[in-house]
Amino acid sequence: MDREDVLILAIESSCDETAAAVVKNGREVLSNVINTQIAIHTEYGGVVPEIASRKHIENINPVIKKALSDAGVTLDDIDAIGVTYGPGLVGALLVGVAEAKAIAFAKNKPLVGVHHIEGHISANYVENKELEPPFVALVVSGGHTHLVKVNDYGEYEIIGRTRDDAAGEAFDKVARAIGLGYPGGPKIDKLAKEGNPDAIEFPRAHVDDAPYDFSFSGIKSAVLNYINSANMQGKEINRADVAASFQKAVVDALVSRAVRLAKECGMDKLAIAGGVASNSALRAAVQEECAKNNIRFYSPSPVLCTDNAAMIGAAAYYEYIKGVRHGYDLNAVPNLKLGERI
Amino acid sequence: MVKETFNAKETFEAGYEMGQKALPGQIYCLNGDLGVGKTVFTQGFAKGLGIEEPVNSPTFTIIQEYHEGRLPLYHFDVYRIGDVEEMDELGYEEYFYSDGVCLIEWSTLIQEIIPDDAIEIVIEKDLEKGFDYRKITIGQEAV
Repeated sequence: MDREDVLILAIESSCDETAAAVVKNGREVLSNVINTQIAIHTEYGGVVPEIASRKHIENINPVIKKALSDAGVTLDDIDAIGVTYGPGLVGALLVGVAEAKAIAFAKNKPLVGVHHIEGHISANYVENKELEPPFVALVVSGGHTHLVKVNDYGEYEIIGRTRDDAAGEAFDKVARAIGLGYPGGPKIDKLAKEGNPDAIEFPRAHVDDAPYDFSFSGIKSAVLNYINSANMQGKEINRADVAASFQKAVVDALVSRAVRLAKECGMDKLAIAGGVASNSALRAAVQEECAKNNIRFYSPSPVLCTDNAAMIGAAAYYEYIKGVRHGYDLNAVPNLKLGERI
Repeated sequence: MVKETFNAKETFEAGYEMGQKALPGQIYCLNGDLGVGKTVFTQGFAKGLGIEEPVNSPTFTIIQEYHEGRLPLYHFDVYRIGDVEEMDELGYEEYFYSDGVCLIEWSTLIQEIIPDDAIEIVIEKDLEKGFDYRKITIGQEAV
């Protein structure tokens, strides 16, 4: 290993997953461990009990140990500790933050706090070595829907956001309404492949005076009204058509705004991120629109779309080389704003 | 108390009025089926507290905090809570027994930890009266 190489141990515990990773120079993932994998592969030797999510205190030490051993390094090889300090659930965030501070203190390593969404965006750096800011990022997950201008490393400008439900949440709720169960995103994605996306015209909501903001609650209500109205008339609904038409409405809303923003600000790169970035219809639609408009399209592979620590390591690296250091008074900030520095 | 609303704007207004009157330490329990307008009601409620920033549904994040209003608002959506013990992991007591206002969607899922003096709100549809009709029941009658 080169002496100039920077190794970051990254920790993420903002919501359901406890995760740790070792990332080299912001772009190379040496290990990427998420609690669910631990449960299956090591701790219980083949038996697969359901490990409750959000049991961060129980999960965090085994997850970090595995991240270090998978990477073939020890804490002594690590240059800095990166950790998500917001946004998220305060009780969940605190576990990661306290752990990171303890390791930083015990091993006398620099500490770098990272914004969770900046992490999601930075997941794109891992598999797209040539991607550099400026670019437009569309972050879509169960908890977040943001349209962001990434002006430079660590410089973010929120241009659009959801006014009600996040995109992934709309997927979950509609999946529930048509009896598909959880997690709704992948199930709708699968069923939609058998349906006609033009069968039902669901509304594409616009937010007055905020052309880049999203509203998915209206689409969800339209789907529920469609189902209710069919029930009242004693008609069977075609679930695949509902799934495909709903998905198309959401994807249209996302893609049209993202591509319009890229064109409007003259950016020729667009990256997607977050759990919903795994959705095949979304990927296909963004790719197609980007190709039409001479915009290069970037996306992380599915494992880097869900909550993970490798993305936190990528983001932490760029903060680290800029000289960002947090003190041992770093606190969890549950409503941390994108681009905000505390 | 029962209120009837005939569109989302009126549901928002109903929330707004309650938000204006909310007091420190109060807990509001908000129940009703998917798509009934719980988020719209909460958005009105938040506006009534003087919160201008957009209030999103916290289904995934479980708790969202808002500090810019007259009182802090802790907006919960406990739909994804599998076991009431998980509420301990989230540090719910810090919120329930604070000087802020808690508004909890799907509170019936964690009924055993809801304090007795919490204020119940139930929103219901009645499709016979139209897709946008909502009956909002507040207080004792909602229990």
